[in-house]
Amino acid sequence: MIYYLIKKATIVLFSLFLVITLTFFLMHAIPGDPFTQDKAIPEEIIIAMKKHYGLDKPLFEQYITYLKGVLHFDFGPSFKYEGRTVTTIISDGFPISLILGATSLLFALFGGIFLGAIASLNHLKWQDQLAMGVAIIGISIPSFLLATFLQYIFAMKLDLLPVARWGSFSQTILPSLSLAALPMAFIARLTRTNMIEVLQQDYILTAKAKGISSFWIVVRHSLRNSLLPVIAYLGPLSASILTGSFAIEKIFGIPGLGQWFVMSIANRDYTVIMGTTIFYSALLMLATFFVDLLSCWVDPRIQFLNRKLDGKDAH
Amino acid sequence: MKKILNSIVCFALFFGCQTKTQSPSSSQELRLNIHSFPANLDPRKAGDSVSAPIMRMCFEGLTRVGLDSKPHLAIAKEVKISPDQTEYLFILRDALWSDGEKVTAFDFEKTWKKMLDPTFACPLVEALYKLKNAKAIKEGYLPIETLGVTALSKDSLKITLEHPVPYFFSLLATQAFYPTPTHIVEHENNWTQSNYVGNGPFQLIHQHPSDGLILVKNLNYWDATSVKLEKVHMAVVEDLMTELSLYEEGQIDWVGYPFSALPDEALPTLFKKGKTHILPLAGTYYYIFNTKTLPFNNLHLRKAFSLAINRKEIVDHLLLSEQLPALSLIPPILWDQTRPLFKDADIAEARRLFDLGLEEMGLKKQDFPKVCISYNTISGHHKIAQVIQQQWQEAFGIRIKLKNKEWKVFLDELNHYQFQIARMGLLATYPDPSAFLEAYTSLNTGSNLPRWTNPEFSNLLNEANQTSDQKKRDELLAQAEKILIDEMPIAPIYFYTGTYMKKDYVKDVYLSELSDIDLKWAYLDK
Repeated sequence: MIYYLIKKATIVLFSLFLVITLTFFLMHAIPGDPFTQDKAIPEEIIIAMKKHYGLDKPLFEQYITYLKGVLHFDFGPSFKYEGRTVTTIISDGFPISLILGATSLLFALFGGIFLGAIASLNHLKWQDQLAMGVAIIGISIPSFLLATFLQYIFAMKLDLLPVARWGSFSQTILPSLSLAALPMAFIARLTRTNMIEVLQQDYILTAKAKGISSFWIVVRHSLRNSLLPVIAYLGPLSASILTGSFAIEKIFGIPGLGQWFVMSIANRDYTVIMGTTIFYSALLMLATFFVDLLSCWVDPRIQFLNRKLDGKDAH
Repeated sequence: MKKILNSIVCFALFFGCQTKTQSPSSSQELRLNIHSFPANLDPRKAGDSVSAPIMRMCFEGLTRVGLDSKPHLAIAKEVKISPDQTEYLFILRDALWSDGEKVTAFDFEKTWKKMLDPTFACPLVEALYKLKNAKAIKEGYLPIETLGVTALSKDSLKITLEHPVPYFFSLLATQAFYPTPTHIVEHENNWTQSNYVGNGPFQLIHQHPSDGLILVKNLNYWDATSVKLEKVHMAVVEDLMTELSLYEEGQIDWVGYPFSALPDEALPTLFKKGKTHILPLAGTYYYIFNTKTLPFNNLHLRKAFSLAINRKEIVDHLLLSEQLPALSLIPPILWDQTRPLFKDADIAEARRLFDLGLEEMGLKKQDFPKVCISYNTISGHHKIAQVIQQQWQEAFGIRIKLKNKEWKVFLDELNHYQFQIARMGLLATYPDPSAFLEAYTSLNTGSNLPRWTNPEFSNLLNEANQTSDQKKRDELLAQAEKILIDEMPIAPIYFYTGTYMKKDYVKDVYLSELSDIDLKWAYLDK
């Protein structure tokens, strides 16, 4: 197990290094720099500013300096927003994106599993068709469209929820729902397909024969076994919910990290581009890592398989 | 399913009701929304439209433009002007910074000298070039001591100008001439974040990207009795549709210009409802030609392309906000001398000039080089470019290409002159027609993107700058503008307007054609 962990950790670190390197050089390859603006600035000032930020040195030297900074968790100051460092930008914005992401994830997970379970238990009946109808709508409507729609219905017409902005719990509902719709639909379909398969297995029949109540059969046996693909989907899902929240954050005026992620590129705010990219990729890798662990816990066969593979590698 | 829906609605009902009671209705609290969080609130360093209104609330120059649109003495209480109008002696009033320190003439002197330091990045520095020797100092040819600004004592400031500037009082009211609290600025690098001290009617007490900005009345302001608003809250919501919804829900009191804009797609409905206000601005939207490369190094071709644009069609069917077709460069709101200098959509003349141009270049129509319009990726620019593409193709029977680029990539290409025709726009930063002409006086003004110069034009502008006779000055500037339009390095398209909506109880907000807003006298009549 420890060997397995170390192996995974090395892969994560190496991938991070690759991400840093690629982002760094790609970022410098796009035309324009932080100081490009519509009013031309005299050459000597540009030189002075580049010197101040260390942009006058050869690119490779800047790269090495940056790597050294990253090792000390020093991501530098923002070029565009004076007086703000990348670390404060992340520590201000991320908790907000995290709350938004976590609520959407919960909506998606519970809503999706619930819909999927209902659909499979009533396979081919109207409940199934309704649930899958909802799922298809969820998958086909883009989140920003759904967001505007929800905003119009619930905030403008029915006056039930606030239109936008951030701060109270009621303000999290509409954005989380808009963000959760697609993964919820996806999870519902995944759960349904797997449940239908599991429900036809012999051990379900055995359980029924033993006289276990149908509720416990669903929860203990069929759900647990059909959730494996859902869990595997969780890793990339949590990352995409966290990064994909940009449009939703914009529509609802939420001051999360998503907007910085996109805006920094438009501003050529080099340090913020690097900082947010590294942060998000680290997050993505950690999420996948935990999902791996979680799958081992839910389905012991996976761990066994890994152990066997590890054993092979060791030889 | 029903259960889920029911529970969602209940949930929503429960929490929805909670927020309704939140909306503040303190008697003198104005609620606004700004399009993005201000990147920098240092008056010496900021040059964007988001931070400008905030700094106008927090700072004040020697003069301030009043509700009557005229500049009045503000931090200065008296002024003596030399007969040739190049020397000004200002006596300062007893004004305080918001932390209680006195505003001195040294604050002005030190701030301007810092801005003119050759290594100090200052986007608005050109406004200071009216001060004696300022340009040469910024370019490193003269030492800073030679600047025509001297603080004679704590409350007297002597200013010498390069040449008479008839609009100098208006200029002194602009951001470039604000003082900064040198007792703080010189010691704290991060003062705009940690210790934002100003000398204006309001004081910024809170700024954070997550909940916006809060400004309160500055009790140390010398004219605090005129300030009626107690508090101004600025939210930061970028999406224009959402901003409009917030306004319609009554959560903000103002929407659109100058803090952001009204969404294009909502304009027709809003106009129908008749709740919008439209303000003509001192700004022009135009296309620039690269006059150094084929084919637009040919004068007749430039004129042909400009004359073939049907501006009225663009203004009437595309822009909708009462913009005027631009048949000169200088907007009429800025200058009462403005009149049409050519005919809109003069297709016959355009075709004649086009053929003449082809002849001069020894080209046949089928060999005409590919022509491409460059603009930055914004749907408004795209729509205009499409219409003009259509108009040119119909007028000349040639193919026109469109090329849209991301903003910084677009700027990078312009600065390296990699374009044939590009979209540009200019909003005047000071109330004088020369704001639109000065870019073309030489090749190294930094804004001469068409790379067009004309000795006669430069001489006229120079002469206009030397004279203190307003009538003669207007004549000279009119002649200069005529030369520019005759040679057409730029094709003017329309004059900007600003569209906004405000609640009826918001009164006495000062708005100017220079896209300034001043809340000093504003109040809520609820």
